[in-house]
This record gives sequence, structure tokens and C-alpha cells, in this order.
Amino acid sequence: MANGTIAEHAKSFYEEGTSKKTGLLGWFFSTDHKRIGIMYLAALSTFFIIGVILALFMRLELIAPGETLMDAQTYNTIFTLHGVIMIFLFIVPGIPAIFGNFFLPLMLGAKDVSFPRLNLLSFWIYIVGAILVVISLFVPGGPIDTGWTFYIPYSVRTGTNVSLAIFAAFVLGFSSILTGLNFITTVHRLKAPGMGFFKMPLFVWSTYATAWIQVLATPVIGITILLVIMERAFGIGIFDPSLGGDPILYQHLFWIYSHPAVYIMILPAMGIVSEIIPTFARRTIFGYNAIALSSLAIAFVGYLVWAHHMFTSGMSDTARIVFSFLTFIVALPSGVKVFNWVATMYKGSIDPQPPFLWVMAFIVLFSIGGLTGLVLGSLATDIHLHDTYFVVAHFHYVMFGGTGTIFFAGLYYWFPKMFGKLYHTKLANIGVALFFVAFNLLYFPKFIMGYQGMPRRYYDYLPEFADLQLVSTIGSWLMAIALIIVFGNLIRSLRTGRKATSNPWGGVTLEWHTTSPPPLENFETDIVVTHDPYDFSQLEDMKNE
Amino acid sequence: MQDGHSNEEHSHVTSYGTLVIIWLALLGLTSITVTVAGISLGMYTLFVAMFIAAVKSALVINIFMHIKFEDPIFKVFLLVSALTLLVIFVLTFVDFSFR
Repeated sequence: MANGTIAEHAKSFYEEGTSKKTGLLGWFFSTDHKRIGIMYLAALSTFFIIGVILALFMRLELIAPGETLMDAQTYNTIFTLHGVIMIFLFIVPGIPAIFGNFFLPLMLGAKDVSFPRLNLLSFWIYIVGAILVVISLFVPGGPIDTGWTFYIPYSVRTGTNVSLAIFAAFVLGFSSILTGLNFITTVHRLKAPGMGFFKMPLFVWSTYATAWIQVLATPVIGITILLVIMERAFGIGIFDPSLGGDPILYQHLFWIYSHPAVYIMILPAMGIVSEIIPTFARRTIFGYNAIALSSLAIAFVGYLVWAHHMFTSGMSDTARIVFSFLTFIVALPSGVKVFNWVATMYKGSIDPQPPFLWVMAFIVLFSIGGLTGLVLGSLATDIHLHDTYFVVAHFHYVMFGGTGTIFFAGLYYWFPKMFGKLYHTKLANIGVALFFVAFNLLYFPKFIMGYQGMPRRYYDYLPEFADLQLVSTIGSWLMAIALIIVFGNLIRSLRTGRKATSNPWGGVTLEWHTTSPPPLENFETDIVVTHDPYDFSQLEDMKNE
Repeated sequence: MQDGHSNEEHSHVTSYGTLVIIWLALLGLTSITVTVAGISLGMYTLFVAMFIAAVKSALVINIFMHIKFEDPIFKVFLLVSALTLLVIFVLTFVDFSFR
């Protein structure tokens, strides 16, 4: 793909920073996109683990009917915190913040993002937002108990610390906007010579589409949050019908952001899938243009469907029909991607390494999540399933089975590049397999319970749900073990792993044309792009680089 | 950089006369908004107010914020944002207008 040479003895970005400061300060003040990506990885993984621990407590409470571990208010607080942490602190920033930061410039053949200092600012704004969430737990009033959607009127009436917690989400939004702005500019301005838009790797395409959503949709949640805070503080009546307001307006505003945000979460994951499959099938991606443009299509159509979250809210019948119809359109570009991935594997020379296995898990789990989404997007069936466990199951299949799985796929794919170390392959395979079993044990019963009428967010349930709740809780324990193996393998490898070569998987995109880990400015020589992104004929040349 | 964009300054200078005319136009449009708010136009009130606001925004963005004199790529970006906003408005009114 490129002309350039690898100088094996160059200093890596771990050994050479952007500032004169050393130690932790050298990291905290570093404007190097790779260091910032790794700082995000550390911060996001921490919050992910906290979210998992909260979920384990929830599942433990639900192991049997009645009070087992905590009272109802504590349960409300824990599921809200689980949602807020997982959504706003892990999965929304997630892949763009970690892998986007680390790999976008590398894949473009650039030395850094367009605005490195703004990038560092984004990271610290994220940290400030996270600290505000933590503070909101401990100040008088108590932790927020509204669910992560902060629905009116309860979020205005409850005495818990709603204002501070949602202000944290407001602050986190700025981090997201600035990252998006940075990525859009980087893609337009810093592509290496020879790289046009249609020679960009597909992860870059999906990150680019995501960046547009971050910039255009996030301000809507910012304004909405300010309105809720004003409503709580001054009773201005925007959402209060007795003062001429409209409570459904809140749901519109919230989902105008939060539905596109679902695509902020999943699009970058789809980009990683499009990287991993060609590498491990040793075959150029099938339908490059279709996959690239379907990312933009998903980003656009994502704006047209938000009110499918509101079919039972009391909005007009016309709107319900229009939004239900529009929702089905999302399946088209998503289907384009899935079929193209499968077609890429056809007659490929498949090497089932751990990242590839994660992707296989993703395709199964995400397809289940996506198709059950159509059940919910269909107006008539949604009336029955709305606010039941079916929604919880669908959401976790899409978000955790989709984005979460690909977070691990990305980590296992790029770990050698990021840290210069190889992990234990057999243990990695066990991790994926156990994850897959645990995942289905944990979440599939929720589809059945939801269909049978088990409402979401309930602290207690009828005895008839006890067996499936127990299965789900056992699934959560297995999931915990799987995650310990998945993370443990990587952490262990940081210390004891074998040294990785510059291209352990035989990938051909630009990040594999430099050392593992890369030097401070990514490449020792200027990059000139001469091949298509997934042209595997260059592998032989790369061995000689 | 390879897109052919460069970072040289856009040295377009808008004359004071134009700036004053735009300023007066904005003041005029503001007074129309205030006047219209006092007249009962039923469901059209909002659309009239939105239309006037859109014209005012266009003037500010084009002249004061120099978009008129910028590279086409920035106009495309702005257009994408404006269209998104329009789509959001239209779809919200699919609910509001038919309740």
C-alpha cells in the first residue's frame, strides 16, 4: 500500500514523548494521539469494569424473587449508574476515543490528528465529566435513580442528584464533539499523498461517519440537559403541561441525540469488522464502495428513526407509522455490511485467530440484536414488548454483543501494534468461547421473559420468572469469568508476552507498515500510498521492507 | 492537504457599507418578528417566526461569519448541518401537527 521503510531500532512512542516531562506527567500532558488513545483505554476499561460489577450486583439481586441483597431504591440507583457509566463513560466514547485516536492517523499515514492539543483537551474534559458523575454519587440528595434516559417528569420530581449527574453528561458531550471535529478535519486534511477518499481503510470511513454524528447530534442532548436543569431549578415549564409545556418534547429531544448515538456506538465497531475480516481471510474486502457508503447511509438514516423509542408515549398515530416505516430502512445499509463481510470470507484463506473469532461472535450476536430490533421497530409488536426485558435483551445484544464484542476484537487485533507484545492465543480462544456461551446464557432468557411480560427495571418479579432469572444470573457469573480471562490474558502479556513483529497478522493497511509499537511520529519516512487499502499482493513487498 | 486546500488567509474584506446594511436588515427582521408575534396567525405563527430566523441566520453566517467567501467544502459542511436540522424539525412536526 505504501512506500516506506521500517527502522526496527527507532524509539517507540513509549520511549519518546511530545513533552519534556517524564513519568506519568509525560503521559498526562502528552499530545501524542497514541498516548491519548492508551489513556482513554485505561480510563474506559476502568469504567467498564465498574459497570460490570454494578451489573453483577443487579443480577445477584434478581437471583430470586423478593429482596435478596438490597432495597428497591438501591436497585434503582444501581441500574441507573450501570446505564450512565456504560453508555456515557464507556460505549459512546469507546471505540473512537481509544482506537480512533490511536489508529486514525496511522491508517491515514499522518503524524498525528489535526489538532493534537484539542485532542488532549477532549481527554481531560472526559475525565472532568467522569469526576462529576462520581461526585454526584456522594453529595446530599443521593445518587441519580431515573434510569440512563432521565425521562421527564420523574427526573424533574425526584429529589436525587439529577442536575449534577446530567450536567456530567453535558460535559462529556463536549469531549465527544471536539473529538468528532478533530477526526473530520484529520480525514479531510491529513491523508497521505496518494490516498483519496476511496483508498481510505474502512475503519477510517466509519470513524469519519461517526464523527459527523458526534458533531451534529451531541449539541441536541446538551441543550436538552440544560433545559431539564432549568426545569428543575426554576420550573420554567418547557416540559410541564400545566405551564404550557410538553413532556413528550423531552423524549423527542432526548432521542434525537440518543438514537444517532446508538450509531456513534456501533459504526466504529463495524469499521473494525471491515478491517479484521480481510486480514484473516487474506482477501480484499467484497464491495468496498458499498461498505464505505453504507456507513454514511447509516449515519444519515440514524437521524430519521428516533421516535421508534416512543411508540407508547402518546405521540400522534401518523408519527408512529412514519417512524416505524423509516426504522425498517436502517436494516438496508446494515444488511449491506453483513452480506459484504460474509461475501469477503467466501473462498478466502481463513486463519481463525482470536480477533477473527471475536468477529464471528459479533456477527451472530449482532444479527440477533439487529433482527430483534425489527420486532421492536414494528409498531404492533412494540406495543406488546415496549419496556419489557425484550428491549433489555435486544439492547445488550446490539451494544454489548455488537460494540462490546468488537471492542475486544479490536483490542485483540491491535494489541501487538499498540503494546509491541503478543498474547496467549489458546487462552484468548478460550476467552472468546466462554464469552459467547456466557453472553447467550445471560441475555437470551431475557428475550423469553420479555415476551412473557417481564417489565424492565423492576426490582421484584413473579415466581414464574424465577427459573429464567436464575439462568441469567448464572450467565452473569460465567461472563465475569470470561472477562477476567479476556482482560487477564492481555494484562499478563504486557509483562510476559513475546515481542510482536511489525505485522503479526499479515495486515496491509498502513498501521502494519510501521514498527510495533510505532515511533512518536508514526513512520520513519514519509508515506506515499500506492495500493488499494486491502490489496494483499503487497504482502510480499512488505516482508522485504 | 492533498485535497488541494491550503491554509492561506482568505483576505476578503467586506465594506463597512455592506456590514451596516446587513445590520439594519437584521434589526428590521427582528422588529418584524416582534410585530408578527403580536398578530394571531394560528398555526402559521411558528413557521413565520422560523422563516424570519432562518433569513437572519443566513445573513449572519454568510456575511459576518464569512462563509460566503470560503471554500466550497465549508459550504457543503454547513449545508449538511442545516439539512439535518431541517429533517429533525420536519419529523418532529409529524408528531406535533397530527396529535
